[in-house]
Amino acid sequence: MTNRYSRQELFQPIGKEGQVKLKKARILIVGAGALGTASAEMLARAGVGSLMIVDRDYVEWSNLQRQQLYTEKDARNKLPKAIAAKQRIQAVNSEISVDSLVADVNGLNIDELVKDKTLIIDAVDNFETRLIVNDAAVKHRIPFLFGACVASYGLTFSVIPGQTPCLHCLVNHLPAQNATCETVGVISPIVQIVAAFQVTSALKLINGHEVPPMLQSIDIWENDRAEINAGSLRNPLCPTCGTDATFPYLSYENQTRTDVLCGRNTVQLRPGLGRTLPPLEQLSEQLKGRAKDMIQNPYLLSCSFEEYRIVFFKDGRTLIHGTNEPAKARIIYDRIVG
Amino acid sequence: MTIKLNGRSVKLPTGVNTVKDLLDHYNLENRIVIVELNKQITEKNQYTSLFLSDGDMVEMIHFVGGG
Repeated sequence: MTNRYSRQELFQPIGKEGQVKLKKARILIVGAGALGTASAEMLARAGVGSLMIVDRDYVEWSNLQRQQLYTEKDARNKLPKAIAAKQRIQAVNSEISVDSLVADVNGLNIDELVKDKTLIIDAVDNFETRLIVNDAAVKHRIPFLFGACVASYGLTFSVIPGQTPCLHCLVNHLPAQNATCETVGVISPIVQIVAAFQVTSALKLINGHEVPPMLQSIDIWENDRAEINAGSLRNPLCPTCGTDATFPYLSYENQTRTDVLCGRNTVQLRPGLGRTLPPLEQLSEQLKGRAKDMIQNPYLLSCSFEEYRIVFFKDGRTLIHGTNEPAKARIIYDRIVG
Repeated sequence: MTIKLNGRSVKLPTGVNTVKDLLDHYNLENRIVIVELNKQITEKNQYTSLFLSDGDMVEMIHFVGGG
């Protein structure tokens, strides 16, 4: 029988030896949206031995245009992306180990997620989470492959702790919410390109090939590309990778409890310490007669309440669709949960 | 003047003289952006004082949040 990896092993820079290294690799993919699903499929087909996928959201119809692991059935069932992605990836390659977690990556859980990983693929949709992951990657000295895209434009950079600048050196501060807000849409080819750059860097790093500190951008619609050697931006005073690093974003998360999901008219509430959501079963009993259009699966409970759509997750988070005001979202939450 | 922007020849309109003008021209003034002028990355505090000349090679990459 022909080995499923034969074409990849014939590729000289990888070879049979490289295939063994790929099998031993453990990769964390943070986010299972467009970039995350594209990377996950390529890495699984390439035979990376262990994948961990973490995502906080569930599949919606508007995802199907570019998030390649999901089907109409997943959208109908509002399956959490982490669960749907794991199922599809495991069907693509049953020989590898795939773990997934339905959770919001934050300063409190990221250490556990990155521990023992070979490298981390960035596939998140906001800067705050990126900087949290960047802090943890540098702290644990694990390469972090940054990638982002919007509209027809995308960019990538490989953070290699101890060698290159980190993401914090490059962006210097958390951009204002409106600068990251996705209101201009996105087309799938740019997703594929950005993910292809990230996965190529992953294959190179796992095989011991050098990855230069190049910041690269492409606008696929305009056919415009740029490349800057960012090596000189490594900041010795950087709070994340400098000599007196404090990893500020790992504790920053302690302070935030509500997130506005940009461009989606949605607020996420995360229970603070000492407050938890009742189990979903109990919650669904409690909501009978007050909420409409209830859909429940083992991972979440979705319902309509007045003009809002509310989704409760098993891990305690709640999404309130229909507002982008955190204060209003809290009032609705308190009214419905009590 | 004509510069090479991201590898392409671009004729700049009059009034675009500095790196800051260039960012304004492309509506990138409020974005996180890294600008390389003739293979040298420019500091943010130099944007207003760095004048562009004919034939300059500029690479400009801005950050976005999506994924």
